Amino acid sequence: MSNIPAGLPKPWTNMLNGLKTWARVNSPWAIHFNSGSCNGCDIEILATLTPRFDVERFGIKLQGSPRHADVLICTGPVTTQARDRLKRVYDQMPEPKFVIAVGSCATSGGVFQGCYNVAGGIDQVIPVNAYIPGCPPRPEAIIDGVVKLLGSLQEKKPEVKK
Amino acid sequence: MPGLQKEKFIVPIGPQHPALKEPAHFEFTVDGETVTSASVRFGYVHRGIEKGTENRNWAQAMYLLERICGICSHVHSTTFALGVEKLAKVPAPPRAQAIRQILLELERIHSHMLWVGVAAHEAGFETLFMYSWRDRETVMDILETFSGNRVNYSANVLGGVKYDLGPAQTDSIKRGLDYLEERLHYYMKIVNSDESFLRRTRGVGMMTTAQAEELGAIGPTARASNVARDLRVDSPYLLYEQFPVTIVLGSTGDLQTRFVVRIQELFESIRVIRELVNHIPGGDLTVRFPRRIPEGEVVMRTEAPRGGLFYFIKSGGGENPVRVKVRTPSLRNFMSVLVGSVGHQLADVPMILSGIDPCFSCNDRMIVVRREPGKETAS
Repeated sequence: MSNIPAGLPKPWTNMLNGLKTWARVNSPWAIHFNSGSCNGCDIEILATLTPRFDVERFGIKLQGSPRHADVLICTGPVTTQARDRLKRVYDQMPEPKFVIAVGSCATSGGVFQGCYNVAGGIDQVIPVNAYIPGCPPRPEAIIDGVVKLLGSLQEKKPEVKK
Repeated sequence: MPGLQKEKFIVPIGPQHPALKEPAHFEFTVDGETVTSASVRFGYVHRGIEKGTENRNWAQAMYLLERICGICSHVHSTTFALGVEKLAKVPAPPRAQAIRQILLELERIHSHMLWVGVAAHEAGFETLFMYSWRDRETVMDILETFSGNRVNYSANVLGGVKYDLGPAQTDSIKRGLDYLEERLHYYMKIVNSDESFLRRTRGVGMMTTAQAEELGAIGPTARASNVARDLRVDSPYLLYEQFPVTIVLGSTGDLQTRFVVRIQELFESIRVIRELVNHIPGGDLTVRFPRRIPEGEVVMRTEAPRGGLFYFIKSGGGENPVRVKVRTPSLRNFMSVLVGSVGHQLADVPMILSGIDPCFSCNDRMIVVRREPGKETAS
């Protein structure tokens, strides 16, 4: 929100903020990062892009570069080696950014808890906005999680008006 | 230019890269557009599963091992279960073995169709990607009628399976396979006739029979180079003796042959599943299985969708495994990528890489931690 000039009249600021939220909710670009997943969640994320589920009808697009992305979709527990990479990918994303942890492992470490090379869930390393449990979650659940995250952005609108 | 020293230019790819679904780091040295050498670094997905099994009991270890790979999950748990059953000398009943085999072949169908899609995506053929993933949902539906889960079915227990083949499953298998067979004929036509697709696949990533033997290639990658190596035939497990598959071989060893070999394998799988469903043995699903496994060592080999899967299991007579060693097929095939991409255009490299159906999550075996004062690096 920082790049709206401070001296603008309040109705203008509100309108610009509303416009921003509208754009954000209608076309979130997502980046997918696997920090130690077994592939199960990854193929389900990929399945959400394909004809039966087709997440692109919500304007969600999978993006290659973190610098173009609004939403970071993480799968898998965080391994020692992927930890720095995950942090780096998160830091490269422009503000405001949102993180979705997909799967039981991303939520808490899941079945891999206690393995020597696993740091735990995604929230051990970066802040997480939405958790989607399941091993792996069904594509419908992933879509539901993303849509709920988008819904929570819209609910924030009254806060902006204050 | 004379006098100007030729400089090496290295193109790093990964660990996070749009062309990679999973993290791995590649370095391709290029001369212009041509690749002159290649190297790879794994380890981003190393979780320590083999060590993790030692702290879990036999049943828990099976669920952990099922999550080595999310694509071929059932083959991991089946191999482990077969090995432990061999150690305990308590074989699963024939009906359970048949159901395991049906699930293994269904998994092969889902894995190969996934691969056809991903490889077509790397070739820039988005339509085929969407088609094959749409039709793959048919297999996912069948698997879901079995277990209620799409990816990790956890159908195995030690000494049998959890899910029975009832009328609902038989019906969904029969209808689903009829539809898939028809679609596969269509894919076969596409990969053999689409002109632009053939230009991206014919003669690319060539591997001769001698090379395949030398590099230790395995699975459909090797079979496309005319190496007759299939554990379902070489050392039959489950009911592969009564319901055998024929080895599908290709002769040229390029990417196009790998497409053909994999799609033809699917016809084989469909045939075997139909036979199994029609002649499934009766009887129980499980037998009583001991908590403690007698001391001993066992080697179990099965044919995963990507090639031979190897398990070494050691028991000390207790409730936990003493050592479990897994060797997955993708690791053996990676050498063929590193060797095969030399001399090709950089743009062909994603195709060559996806040609072996790589799966990184099952490759990563070790981590090296360097401890320096005030700094700890892992690689």
